[in-house]
Amino acid sequence: MALLEVKNMTHYFGGLRAVHDFNLAIDPGQIRGLIGPNGAGKTTIFNLITGIYKPSEGEITLDGQNLVGLRPNEVAERGLGRTFQNLRLWRHMNVLDHVKLARYSKISYGLVGAFLGTPKRNREEEQIEAMAMDLLELVGIRHLADQIVTNLPYGAQRRVELARALATDPKILFLDEPTAGMNPEELLEMLAIVRQVHKQIGLAIFLIEHRMKVVMDLCEMIQTLVFGEVIAEGTPEEIRNDPKVIEAYLGREVET
Amino acid sequence: MSQISELETPGKRSLRKIWVDAKEQIRYIPLSGWLFAALISVLLEQFLGNPFAHALGISKAPVLFGFVLALSQPALIPSAIAYVVVIYLLPVLIVGKLTEKITNRLSTWLIGYPIVISAIIHIALLYATLQIWSSISDYRVLVLKLTLIAIIVTLSLNVVNGYMGEFSCSHPGFLAVGAYVASVLTVLFFVDDTVFGTALLPKSLAPFGFPIVLVISGLVTAVSALLVAIPSFRTRGDYLAIISLAFMFIIKSTVENLEVIGGARGFSGQPDLASLPVVFIWTILSIWIINNFVRSTVGKALNAVRDGELAAEAMTVNTRRTKTIAFLFAAFWAGVAGGLFAHVLRYVNPGTFGIQKLAEVLAMVYFGGLNSVVGSVVGAVSLTVLGEALRPLEIYKWIIIPVMLILVMVYRPSGLISFKELDIKKLLKPKQKPEKEEEEKYGLA
Repeated sequence: MALLEVKNMTHYFGGLRAVHDFNLAIDPGQIRGLIGPNGAGKTTIFNLITGIYKPSEGEITLDGQNLVGLRPNEVAERGLGRTFQNLRLWRHMNVLDHVKLARYSKISYGLVGAFLGTPKRNREEEQIEAMAMDLLELVGIRHLADQIVTNLPYGAQRRVELARALATDPKILFLDEPTAGMNPEELLEMLAIVRQVHKQIGLAIFLIEHRMKVVMDLCEMIQTLVFGEVIAEGTPEEIRNDPKVIEAYLGREVET
Repeated sequence: MSQISELETPGKRSLRKIWVDAKEQIRYIPLSGWLFAALISVLLEQFLGNPFAHALGISKAPVLFGFVLALSQPALIPSAIAYVVVIYLLPVLIVGKLTEKITNRLSTWLIGYPIVISAIIHIALLYATLQIWSSISDYRVLVLKLTLIAIIVTLSLNVVNGYMGEFSCSHPGFLAVGAYVASVLTVLFFVDDTVFGTALLPKSLAPFGFPIVLVISGLVTAVSALLVAIPSFRTRGDYLAIISLAFMFIIKSTVENLEVIGGARGFSGQPDLASLPVVFIWTILSIWIINNFVRSTVGKALNAVRDGELAAEAMTVNTRRTKTIAFLFAAFWAGVAGGLFAHVLRYVNPGTFGIQKLAEVLAMVYFGGLNSVVGSVVGAVSLTVLGEALRPLEIYKWIIIPVMLILVMVYRPSGLISFKELDIKKLLKPKQKPEKEEEEKYGLA
C-alpha cells in the first residue's frame, strides 16, 4: 500500500478551479517530483495536503490515516514534514532552537516542566539538543548552531529549513523548490544533501521544482501540472520526451 | 581600532582610556561581589548616612538617591551628588574590587553545588541589601514594594507583547481582577468588617492563607483572561489589541458599579499581609518561573508563533493552544501582582486600573526591552524609581518620561535590553581572569 495517497482532490478558490482531480500515490522511500509552469497550482497542492487549505473534494491518507480537515500542526504531527518555497525561518531565533522547536509535539515534560525547570525537563531538553545537533551535522551546518538565522547566507538558511523539517520525524518530506534562488555551487551541495538524507533516513520525498536538472536527477517519478491538472506522469525520461510537457513549457510549434 | 583613536583628540582619547581602564578594573567582579559590596554600602548608610548628610548641609539622608532633594532644592545638588558618590558609588566600587578574590573563590566553590544553593545565597544577599536600604524610611519600603510589583506586571506583559508578539491592552483589567478578588478573600476570611461580617477564619492563619489567596486570585484572573483569549485567538490578526482594550474598560466599569465592593469609592480594609519579604519572594518566584518558561522549547514556541505562524504550525506547534496558554499564564501573574498591590496600599479603587496604568505598564515593557527578562526588570525598576524621583517636577515629569521613551524608541527600537536570554548559571558564575591571560602577563613580566 502506498504511504501517501491522494484521490480525486479538487479545490476551488471562490469560482476559480485551482486544482482539478489530482491523484497521487507515493510509496515508502520513493522520491517523486511535481513540475509545472508558474501558477500551475503546485504550491496549492502542497498547501492542500499539509492542511493549510481544506480541499473542496477528495481524500488524502497518510499511512492509512485520513488527513482531510486536520490543522497543519496535526498533519505535521502525523509524519508529514515540509519546507517552504520562500524561507519561513523565525528571525530572532538561533539555528539550534529552530531544530529543537520542531520537536514541540513530542515533548513530554509538559507545562509543569516548562514552568519549574524539573530534572525531567533538563534531561529531555538535553536529548532534544543532541538530536538537533545530529541533524545539523547531517545537513552540514553544525558549526552554525548558535547563529541567529538572519545572519546566515542563503544556502545555509535553506539547510536550516531542511534540518528543521527532518526534526519533526517525518515519514514523508515535502520540499517546495529546495534550490530556489541558489547559485550552481549551492545547488549541487543541496542535491547531495537531499540524496544523503534520503539514503540515511530512507524517507519518502515529494518535491516541487522549477529546475529540470534537479528533478531529472533526483526523482523516480514525475508529474507535470498545468492549470491545476496533471497532464503527464512518468519517469524522467518519459517526461522529457512527452510532447504535451514540451508544449506546456516551450509552446506549440507554429504550423505553416 | 588604533586608526580610529589616532584621529580623535588627545582629550577624548584619554577619557576613553580612563573608561576602558575602569571597565577592565571591575570586569572580574562576580555577581556575589557586587551584592556583597552593595550590602556594605547600605550598612555604611545605616550608620553614617545621617551624620554625613548633616555634614553636607542636608537635614537627613536623602531617600531616593538625592533625586527628590536635587530637584526641589537645586542649591543642594552638589551635596546630593557628594552623598551618592561617597555613600553608594565609592564603597561599592572599592569593596567590590578589594573582595574580588574572595567573592570569586566563593562563587567558584558554590558552582560545585546544585545551582539552587548558589541562587539562594545570592538572593539572600540581595534581600539583606534591600531590607537594610529600605529600613531608613517607610517611603523607601513603599517605593521598593511597588517596584517589585511592577517587575511582576512588566514581565508578565512582556510574555504576551514581547515573547508572543501580540499586542495586549488588558493588563490593568487583570490587575483589577486580581486586586479585588484577593481583597475580598482576605477581608472575608481574616478581617471583621461591616460588609462581610466577622472573619471566617482565625486571624493568626492570615499569613499562611495569603499565598493561597494570591494563587486563587491569579487563577481567577487567568479564567477571566479566557474571555479575551477565546475570541481573539480563533483567527489571525490584530484582534487581541481591540478585544483586550474592551476587556479593560468592561472590568473597570463593572467594578465601578458593584456596590458590594465599594463601587467607584474603592475598597479598603485589607489586612497588612504584603510585607517586604512576602512581596520580594513572590517577585523572585515570578522571575524564576517566567524565565524557566520562556527558555524552554515549549516557551520558545511563542517566538515561533510571533516570527512566523505558518512555519510554526508546519513544525507541529499547536498555535492556538500555545497562544492561549501564554496569555493565561501572563494573566495569572498579573492577578498575583494585583493581589499584592491591593495589600501593599491596603486600598484599591477602580480609577487606578485605567488607561494611565496601561500606558505605564506598556512603557515599562517597551523601555526595558522586548523578549527579555532582564529588560523587563530594568524597565520596571527604572521607570518606577524615575516616576518617584521626578515627583518634585510635578507636571513636567510627564514631559521628561515620554521624551526619554521616545529617545529609546528612536535609538533602540525594541528597548534597552531586548532579545536577551537570562542564563542564571552564567549570571552566578565566577569571573576569574582566564588562566591563559594570567600566564601571558607573567610571561611579559
